[in-house]
Amino acid sequence: MTSETNLNDKKSRSLWALGWKRLRRDHIGFASLWVVGAFILLALAGAVGVIGSGWRDEVAKPYAPPTLFRNLGPKHVELTAENIDAANQAAQQAAQPAAPTGQEGAAAPTTGETGLSAEEDPLAADMAEAQKNTGQYQEAQVVKAETLPMGADLRGRDVLQKVLKGTSTSLLVGLVGSLAAIFLGTLMGGFGGYFGRKVDDLLMWFYSVFTSVPDMLLLLAFSAVMRRGISTVILVMALTSWTGTFRLMRAEFMKHKTREYVKAADAIGASHVRRMFIHILPNVTYLLLVQFSILTVALIKYEVILSFLGFGVSVTQISWGSMLAEAPAELLQGYWWQMVCVTVFMSILVTAFSMLTDSLRDALDPKVK
Amino acid sequence: MFAYVVRRIFQMIPTMFGVMLLLFILFNWVGGDPSYILAGKSLSDQMLANIRTQLGLDKSQLEQFLIFVRQVITLDFGTSWSTQQPVSSILAARVGPSVTLTGSIMFVSTTLSVLMASAVAYVRGSLTDRMVTLICTTAMSVSALVYIIAGQYWLAHKFGWFPVIGWSDSLATNFVTYLPLPVLLGVIVSLAPDLRFYRSCFVEEMNHDYVRTARAKGLSEPKIMLKHVMRNALIPVVTSIMMSLPYLLVGALLLETFFSIPGMGREVIMAVDKSDFPVIKAVTIYVALATMVFNLLADVVYKFIDPRVQLK
Repeated sequence: MTSETNLNDKKSRSLWALGWKRLRRDHIGFASLWVVGAFILLALAGAVGVIGSGWRDEVAKPYAPPTLFRNLGPKHVELTAENIDAANQAAQQAAQPAAPTGQEGAAAPTTGETGLSAEEDPLAADMAEAQKNTGQYQEAQVVKAETLPMGADLRGRDVLQKVLKGTSTSLLVGLVGSLAAIFLGTLMGGFGGYFGRKVDDLLMWFYSVFTSVPDMLLLLAFSAVMRRGISTVILVMALTSWTGTFRLMRAEFMKHKTREYVKAADAIGASHVRRMFIHILPNVTYLLLVQFSILTVALIKYEVILSFLGFGVSVTQISWGSMLAEAPAELLQGYWWQMVCVTVFMSILVTAFSMLTDSLRDALDPKVK
Repeated sequence: MFAYVVRRIFQMIPTMFGVMLLLFILFNWVGGDPSYILAGKSLSDQMLANIRTQLGLDKSQLEQFLIFVRQVITLDFGTSWSTQQPVSSILAARVGPSVTLTGSIMFVSTTLSVLMASAVAYVRGSLTDRMVTLICTTAMSVSALVYIIAGQYWLAHKFGWFPVIGWSDSLATNFVTYLPLPVLLGVIVSLAPDLRFYRSCFVEEMNHDYVRTARAKGLSEPKIMLKHVMRNALIPVVTSIMMSLPYLLVGALLLETFFSIPGMGREVIMAVDKSDFPVIKAVTIYVALATMVFNLLADVVYKFIDPRVQLK
């Protein structure tokens, strides 16, 4: 970016414009950008309730198989009321000749009725009252689907709906968490690198405290004392993962504060904060973008593990991790679809995100021409 | 050198103080009153007051912090809230399995990935190289959980090649029977990121001039790779291994949970689950201590393997 190239070009291009041009040329990177964009749209749609809001509805029979692979799952036989009655009757017939001398009390329940007259039954009045009101509380019988596009879980909830909502939760936790972590890291790194001395010592002390405990342990320690829920997960992640950004930004601000353009800004009377965030920050934002996408992927993976262990989202919320938590028990009975579904969604997103990160790193590298 | 080490050890004191402060804030302020957790269902004012006195919660914050500091200095964290065993004896029993498991995983994974990385870096730019990179990226995108769930289900439950869970007191039995599957899964999870990182280390080294010089001298390719490139490329590799040594103590949380291995990671998860604060605090302190010691060790080792490094 010397003055000569600027003379050759009519208009000098900014790093962003150059980066965008390079990214357009990188087919894999550009395709990944589209995939990530689609996922982010999905996450936003899930957050405002357009997509996946019906994940709690029990729309199918328990463990209804996916439509395309309906023969691949275990054959499950659902017992109806008649089956159960028939089985009970058979059991009674088998039991009656065997226990003719049984006590009156033990035999009583097998007759099916309580054996009490209306006057003796203390519950009769209540039961009559309740029976009168049943009509009010009767739920409309929904026809439970035999198969669903991606199958159903134990309670007959649609796995597709669950995974869409789960994608939304997991991705939002990753995005918001890493945004917050980047914000914290930049703020602290900026102050530490720019002011140096006492401020830097204090912040470096913070940094060394937080880095001396491995991330996962710190996450667990935080979640041990806080309530479960999405906002807690985001908060915990922001508080534990700012350190990488801090280190990066501290070094960058240290480097930039002695540059001529910052000195020039000082000379025309720009305040410290203005120099830091209006002058220096735009010059290092490209690093933050790469850092942001690295961190998002890492946080998505952490969220999955935390929620799997039961320390992440609360039981009324759904995420990839809490879906995977149901997987071991399901797999034992042969119901593989929920795990496969989550894995496919997650690996598409994470692969696209990682490839986008690599491409961004190449595209935004100012040293590459 | 000696002065450097001594100075670094003194620098650990404020960091340790910070970790203690962080834990104290977390568990004494954010965590709320733990006596409700301990009292359980049979809650009475008398009992709550008793528990508070026992835990020292009726003292001032400063006194409570001093109690905690004394615990850290004497490395005596009292008894576990859930089992009433002394924390130190619990943790002493948990270190062995964790080190066995994580150590084996690190050893196998590092050996394999260094060898594969040097091979892949040697044919860099080729189809093989690109395929390996692609496979690594894809493999990394699948959550570690999925590998473990699927591996335990198919390899152990379905095919019956390994025991599903278990651990014994004898080291030999563990190595022969119980370790292979967890180690295999651990290696699968950590191989891809290691391979990618080490490959980039090797590729970077191979672009240096000394490689060309060695070739011009007429050295054989294996000799260039193994003797010249490997030595230099191993510098970042050693650093990353030293940095991951504290994880020997934390153990492999997920693997230990899935395979019921009585290690540190499983203990931590159970402690978080049962709000067993003394155990969490003790583990965090021990691990923080280990991390600082290993970081120092990493710098010293770094000095030995790379004479250009100046310790300041």
